[in-house]
Amino acid sequence: MTKIGSKVPTAHPFMANSAPESYKEMLRVAEVGDIDELFEQIPAEHLYTGEWNFPEPLKSEASLYRHVSGILKRNISCEDYLNFLGAGCWQHYVPAICDEMVTRTEFLTSVWGTPSSDHGRNQVWFEFASQIGELVGMEFVGLPLYSFGTAGGHAIRMASRMNKRHKVLIPRSMDPERLAVLKTYCGYAELDGFIEIVQVEVDPQSGRLDLRDLESKIDHEVTAVYFDNPNYLGVIEKEARAICDLAHKFGVEAIVGVDPISLGVLASPAEYGADIVVGTTQPLGVHMNCGGGVGGFIATRDEERYAREYPTLQVSLTDTIEQGEMAFALTLFEQSSYGSREDGNDWTGNSVYLWAVANATYMSLMGPSGFKSIGHSILERSHYAALKIAEIPKLSVPWRTDFFKEFVVNFDATHKTVAEVNTALMTHKIFGGKDLSEDFPELGQSALYSVTEIHTQEDLDTLVAALEEVTK
Amino acid sequence: MIKSRIRKYHAPVWDEPLVMQLGAEGRQGVALPITEPAISEVVGSPEDLIPLSMRRTSALGLPQLSEFEVQRHYLHLSQETLGMMQISLFGTCTMKYNPRVNEKIVYQPYVAEINPHQDEKTLQGSLEVVSRFDHLLRELSGLDKFVFQAGGGADAAYIQACITRAFHASRGELAQRNEIITTSQAHPCNPATASAAGFKVITLPLEENGYPSLEALKSVVSSRTAALMVNNPDDIGIYNPNIREWVEVVHQAGGLCFYDHANFNGVMTRIRAADLGFDACMFMLHKTFGGPKGGGGPAVGAYGCTSELIPFLPGPLVERNEGGSYELRDAGDLSIGRVREFWGNVPTVIRAYSWTRAMGIEGLRDAANISVLANNYMEKRILSIPGITKGLPELTQRRLEMTRYSLGELTQETGVTTIDIQNRMPDYGIDGYWLSHEPWFIPEPFTPEAGELWSIEDLDYWIDVLEIVCTEARENPELVKSAPHNQPVHQLSGANLSDPEKWATTWRAYQRKYMEID
Repeated sequence: MTKIGSKVPTAHPFMANSAPESYKEMLRVAEVGDIDELFEQIPAEHLYTGEWNFPEPLKSEASLYRHVSGILKRNISCEDYLNFLGAGCWQHYVPAICDEMVTRTEFLTSVWGTPSSDHGRNQVWFEFASQIGELVGMEFVGLPLYSFGTAGGHAIRMASRMNKRHKVLIPRSMDPERLAVLKTYCGYAELDGFIEIVQVEVDPQSGRLDLRDLESKIDHEVTAVYFDNPNYLGVIEKEARAICDLAHKFGVEAIVGVDPISLGVLASPAEYGADIVVGTTQPLGVHMNCGGGVGGFIATRDEERYAREYPTLQVSLTDTIEQGEMAFALTLFEQSSYGSREDGNDWTGNSVYLWAVANATYMSLMGPSGFKSIGHSILERSHYAALKIAEIPKLSVPWRTDFFKEFVVNFDATHKTVAEVNTALMTHKIFGGKDLSEDFPELGQSALYSVTEIHTQEDLDTLVAALEEVTK
Repeated sequence: MIKSRIRKYHAPVWDEPLVMQLGAEGRQGVALPITEPAISEVVGSPEDLIPLSMRRTSALGLPQLSEFEVQRHYLHLSQETLGMMQISLFGTCTMKYNPRVNEKIVYQPYVAEINPHQDEKTLQGSLEVVSRFDHLLRELSGLDKFVFQAGGGADAAYIQACITRAFHASRGELAQRNEIITTSQAHPCNPATASAAGFKVITLPLEENGYPSLEALKSVVSSRTAALMVNNPDDIGIYNPNIREWVEVVHQAGGLCFYDHANFNGVMTRIRAADLGFDACMFMLHKTFGGPKGGGGPAVGAYGCTSELIPFLPGPLVERNEGGSYELRDAGDLSIGRVREFWGNVPTVIRAYSWTRAMGIEGLRDAANISVLANNYMEKRILSIPGITKGLPELTQRRLEMTRYSLGELTQETGVTTIDIQNRMPDYGIDGYWLSHEPWFIPEPFTPEAGELWSIEDLDYWIDVLEIVCTEARENPELVKSAPHNQPVHQLSGANLSDPEKWATTWRAYQRKYMEID
């Protein structure tokens, strides 16, 4: 336990004015005798004067590095083990240049300069929005949001503000993590702005949204249908056009969530009738970071009724007083919470803008051919894995076609739980797929396997052999 | 009086085209691993794996560049970002040193290449850092538990709004308790998240002491009160000395009290949220605790609360077992669920833990002292510049880590506004200052925050530049009004970007609106 008083500091590497001479010079100029005088506004009875239970400082960088990295090395990473976990946070290869850009001190430490002095960063943001727009086929894109789920939550609220309806249809296949966020955003019946969530069934034969159930539940009270494509279980919603058409028949907004890494090969949501597109940004050049790599976006047609409902900040290309020079400025700032407090659209604040730098870099590196190749690579590798796993006795893959990146593996016939299988796989240095048994009991003992461009044939064969062994 | 030798400065100008305007047909920035023949043999053509109705038919209008061309482009854009490259005293954001060692740590695979669904036995390192940091924040606040799911300060305020909902709902009082009280000086995220959560917002205006009176609070507190959400000190450096009584009044009415600790830097180790009676508080790890801003995140709003509110926290919760290992525990039936997927921006929690360990408790006290002292040091000099006054000058007690100033007199005299001066200071290599959150109640405001990072010479240099620009405003106002002059681009034209015909948030939209196709 330590007791601290107010005294002249000793020099600390993070604080120039902790050098005693500098500190004393400030006291002199500010005409301060005792530092405590400066806190005269705070009543004495508000001050904490007790002891502190705080560890000793580690002022030396060498000691600090050793201490912090020493603890963290107890983690086992997806470079140590072969990883097949995705489920909202996916392992893709992060090009070195993406890491270079997000660790550039200019991008890393800046906060909010003027449009001219932080022009470079604003341009990156515009290029982020522009390239996302290309992928999803939309013209109006906001700056990133905290995550896929928060983007979905805000999108549903945008729809509700637009058509003044308070019921949203969401397929049963929704990512439970994301669904929990959507529930939070949809509020409580006792308060203003509540939006009721109604679940639409999944067709057990196909893994897709059950169109008949959707037809039975959609009406003029519904604000939006929100579905992900591919869905959480990896299945491509190939009747997306029919879902969007049905929504439009009832004046319902069609919100589609996407993983943009699929969009070099899959149709853009705009092509099949989406009104609001949301999605994740993490696969585009950001490490998983234990979930700290996630980010989201909202994109729509460039129509005023949508643009006026964005809760985000967004940058627009504009010009300067110099003929022919381009610059970037915030647009529709006044409808944000910064501009209008509680009268703005929801709220905004710090988000994941640094990841937009990685995302823009990634999308530029990939280009049209890179997105096509990575889409193909993921399709080939994930389908190879699914086919090989389906050949293992007692294992089944219920939806063997029409999926992207992720697929469900069922272990019921092995009489082992997914938890048991995954524990056994760890002895083979493999992280097995995400256990679905709690969130989707109707799927029995099933796991969601994620296979991406990082997995070689050898990796997949290793997985298949290990699965075969642990389920014997 | 100018103390420094003013350096020659000009920002890098690359006249960098948009990435979409660069490159040429057929270039590639990445090569994908070649698909092994055995895979192709088994699965066939990848196009055939996509249902016909879902194949992409439209071309992707993305740029086509070589790897180096992409690297050079974004390096140029980084150089065209001034940020903290010289001096940034951006108020309310506590510009402090972001130790480089933390970047070295968080880009190791044992931090970066971790999936949140991994077995917790393989996450012991991250869980331990999160748990240790939770305990450090408990010590600094007197509260009982912290979570890190919120992606920023505003998201932590949203947690409060959600917990307020769940707490009153659990008592069957939510329909009745639908009002959240805040002040005009609280950050906009407080009223905005309260409203987004479905509450009605009551905003108390400032009174002559620089904060709303206790009587004003009492006049709006009722059985409808769900919560109070306030900061203290506010971002003009004023501390509400009645805050304990405020908390009592709200508690007596059955409401919860949330302390937005955005301005914690000046009062670290002196004030503890729990001691003042608060039920919950929020710390910004990307501000006060040494995490980088990233131009606006990834950030962390650490949300802490008393044991009474723990059942309502968003899950999963990081807990230490009796055996000394760590686990992720389900948050239980009363939990608000999630405000964001997973358990937070873990790398920034690691950075904050690392920074706090480098400081130690005495280092935190020193940082608080230095930041308040530096603000008062600056105030002496800034107020000696003609045309600048202090916001609420009648309040003579020492301000804490920030002071809001007014350029109103200078504007009246010269026509040069605070925005003009904000645009001109970067011409000397100084990051533009913070003005004020809405609503502005001080004319032509600006709000520097000295913090503990910057040296006396830095503070003097900043003030010298301010003084030079104020002199320019008198001698050559056009020079300031047409600023900046040494930046990558000139002053914006001021086009009305609220006009749907004019805004263009993507290159597609710009091309359609501005570039006529022959």
